[in-house]
Amino acid sequence: MTDATAAAPAANVPKPQAIDKIVVRDLDFYYGQSLALKKVTLSLREHHVTAFIGPSGCGKSTLLRVLNRMYDLYPGQRAVGEVMLDGENILSPDLDLNLLRSRVGMVFQKPTPFPMSIYDNIAFGMRLYEKLPKSEMDGRVELALKRSALWTEVKDKLNASGLSLSGGQQQRLCIARTVAIRPEVILFDEPCSALDPIATAKIEELIDELADDYTIAIVTHSMQQAARVSQFTAFMYLGEMIEFDDTSKVFTSPRNKRTQDYITGRFG
Amino acid sequence: MVDHIVRSYDKDLDALERRIAEMGGIAEKMVIDAMDALSQADVALANQVVATDPRLDALQRDIEEQAILTIARRQPMAIDLREIVGAIRVAGDLERVGDLAKNIAKRSLKIGMEARVPRAIVGLRHMNDVATELMKDVLDAYAQRDTERARAVWERDAEIDALEDSVFRDLLTHMMEDPRNISFCAHLLFCSKNVERIGDHATNIAETVFYLVTGETLPADRPKGRHEYEPTGIPTP
Repeated sequence: MTDATAAAPAANVPKPQAIDKIVVRDLDFYYGQSLALKKVTLSLREHHVTAFIGPSGCGKSTLLRVLNRMYDLYPGQRAVGEVMLDGENILSPDLDLNLLRSRVGMVFQKPTPFPMSIYDNIAFGMRLYEKLPKSEMDGRVELALKRSALWTEVKDKLNASGLSLSGGQQQRLCIARTVAIRPEVILFDEPCSALDPIATAKIEELIDELADDYTIAIVTHSMQQAARVSQFTAFMYLGEMIEFDDTSKVFTSPRNKRTQDYITGRFG
Repeated sequence: MVDHIVRSYDKDLDALERRIAEMGGIAEKMVIDAMDALSQADVALANQVVATDPRLDALQRDIEEQAILTIARRQPMAIDLREIVGAIRVAGDLERVGDLAKNIAKRSLKIGMEARVPRAIVGLRHMNDVATELMKDVLDAYAQRDTERARAVWERDAEIDALEDSVFRDLLTHMMEDPRNISFCAHLLFCSKNVERIGDHATNIAETVFYLVTGETLPADRPKGRHEYEPTGIPTP
């Protein structure tokens, strides 16, 4: 028999507070002279999925590219403001970019497997960050493939080329590659726009599962997808954050008229 | 409201709204006619009310089908989604209002030949007038997306509840005065219950209008002023 009185104190223990993994404050972003993000402020809740929606050119992909300093690879692009990852400003010039990108992984619109075996596609990234004995490497590759729901489909052909897989499988391979490095945050930039509905559903299922362990941001042109996979949604327009709220609120009764016009297909 | 980029979407939504307006007109007229048939013992009018009901049912089915199809085809969001869900709900309420009016009309046919106490109907008529007014107001509120008007209807339902109490006491008195009134008054008791429910449906529609426009729900504790007689242990119809 359970002791009710013994269980009682547990109720008094405060629930673990939801933590903001990334906090963006007053972020401006420039492509050369042109301002692509204007004073953007928002936060990504840990172990939750945050979706970014908005018409093309609104700055959502730009914002994603700031979160792992991807823009640093291109001259003339700069960010001004504050992007705190666990309290540390990632815009700081003396930040170790390799370390940052191992903590904040990214999955792109088009699957981009390397022209090498499935196994090596995943091992490649790990080798950059750590020296692992073969047996442990095997284990990590298997785990990453299982984590991205690809294991059963490829376990008998790990030496086949990554390019031999279908589009949906390739995208999951890219997710496995990202997951293998054990990041804390995963950024998805329109991960399903090149996939059929079944492959899309598999990726969405995967995002649901990954949210247990990672903090996820996803840029998508499909409003239905944003509504399905995310807990928070940010609507951006012309470089500004127009509305940022619970997904359930944004898609049923948004506060801002522009948000409403956009998600109901009235944007002209 | 700005039009949709896909214009046929607007047509779908307009079609839904037009059908609701049609249902509203029919239901409202049924409520008025049923009470007229009752108080004037007008058999033809009562039959007409009964015969109108299938039209209302068909419209409701039609609205539901259209709404479901629109959801499937367009995956509506925000205001569009609330419009469509609102249409389904309002159609359901109006269909029930039609049923209640039809029931009053059928009872008027049964009462027809029995001894009548005309003054017993006065209170019921008044109650029905208020219910009709609420129906009219709430349908206008729906057509104009007017939350203030919807809220006014929502608050006035207490009035009908209070009237139902007084009709109840009135009819009880008539029954005690002369047992020959009992059968007739019992029918009227059911009629008053029906009218009270029509008021409830008007309230439901008011809540739907409020939600449709604002995305928020009216508070759960609606003003009430009802059933003072319940503690006496007299069963209610």
